[in-house]
Amino acid sequence: MLDSLLKIFSKEKSGKVAKRRLQMVLIQDRASVSPEMMNQLRDDIIQVISKYMVINQSDMEITLENVDDSVALVANIPVQNMKHH
Amino acid sequence: MSEVIVITSGKGGVGKTTTTANIGVGLAQRGKSVVLIDTDTGLRNLDLLLGLENRIMYDLVDVTEGRIPYKKALVRHKKYESLFLLPTSQIKDKSAVNPAQLIVLCDELRKEYDYVIIDCPAGIEQGFKTAIAAADRAIVVTMPEVSAVRDADKIIGELGRAEKDNISLIVNRIRPQMVESGDMMDMSDIDDILAVKCIGQVPDDEMVVTSANRGEPLVGNPKSQAGRAYANIVGRILGEDIPFMEFEKEGLFKRLKKALGI
Repeated sequence: MLDSLLKIFSKEKSGKVAKRRLQMVLIQDRASVSPEMMNQLRDDIIQVISKYMVINQSDMEITLENVDDSVALVANIPVQNMKHH
Repeated sequence: MSEVIVITSGKGGVGKTTTTANIGVGLAQRGKSVVLIDTDTGLRNLDLLLGLENRIMYDLVDVTEGRIPYKKALVRHKKYESLFLLPTSQIKDKSAVNPAQLIVLCDELRKEYDYVIIDCPAGIEQGFKTAIAAADRAIVVTMPEVSAVRDADKIIGELGRAEKDNISLIVNRIRPQMVESGDMMDMSDIDDILAVKCIGQVPDDEMVVTSANRGEPLVGNPKSQAGRAYANIVGRILGEDIPFMEFEKEGLFKRLKKALGI
């Protein structure tokens, strides 16, 4: 799967590669979010959610994604159990 | 009604000063009165591209520091009488002029001239902030290369934060042969990425170099593709609806000659 993807990309013209790479890097540039800030955000989210649920921290994913012309914060946080007060 | 336009890019070497010189001359050819302000203090070049380097008596810093009235520092173009250059200092640095001073100066110039065009230095620091302060609209110059497009995006963001919302784009130094073979982004690719209204695409043209050598901007020169492209840009700045030109491709014979170096 990965190999076939790589094959496709290696045949891709460099103009298209440039466009694709720019579109990816500009998502991060525009959101102006540093990796440090993403880590901080991740830690804060863990703290808040952990008040209510037991979550699998090592499998959670937090990313910024480009949806049309706007940026979305997408979080995938596996819940292991509910906390009952 | 007069307009203050800043020409900016973020990245150096994409053709800001060439664009400024050609737009200035082009507007003068169309009968407009124009002042070009070089704000690239310490690294001035607009004088050289206009062939006015030997006529400079005073500079922008003399004006903003109040030593002389601006009219004394303006250099009138040899050929186009309604075109003036306000050169900057080659000795001082970017901290010599601040945004408030440039706003005061441009408000004075608005009373007398149709267009004030500001050539912005590269970068996003003090010099950039000063250059954009007085502008009603911004023209961002970029090239079909990843670093130039990324920097243009950054500059567009900075302009937005400074509440400069009238932004248009010029894609400079396009190589039609490479675009055709898929090895260079074209205007519509860059349009997709940056989402800013494009007012010009200028092909890479050897005559840009020779015209700089002579200090004679090539806008309007029918023999040059870039000259025609700049004339179209000037028309669009004046509000005309001009379709984008098709680039002439180099024929096999010319390419062969070039490859053989003859």
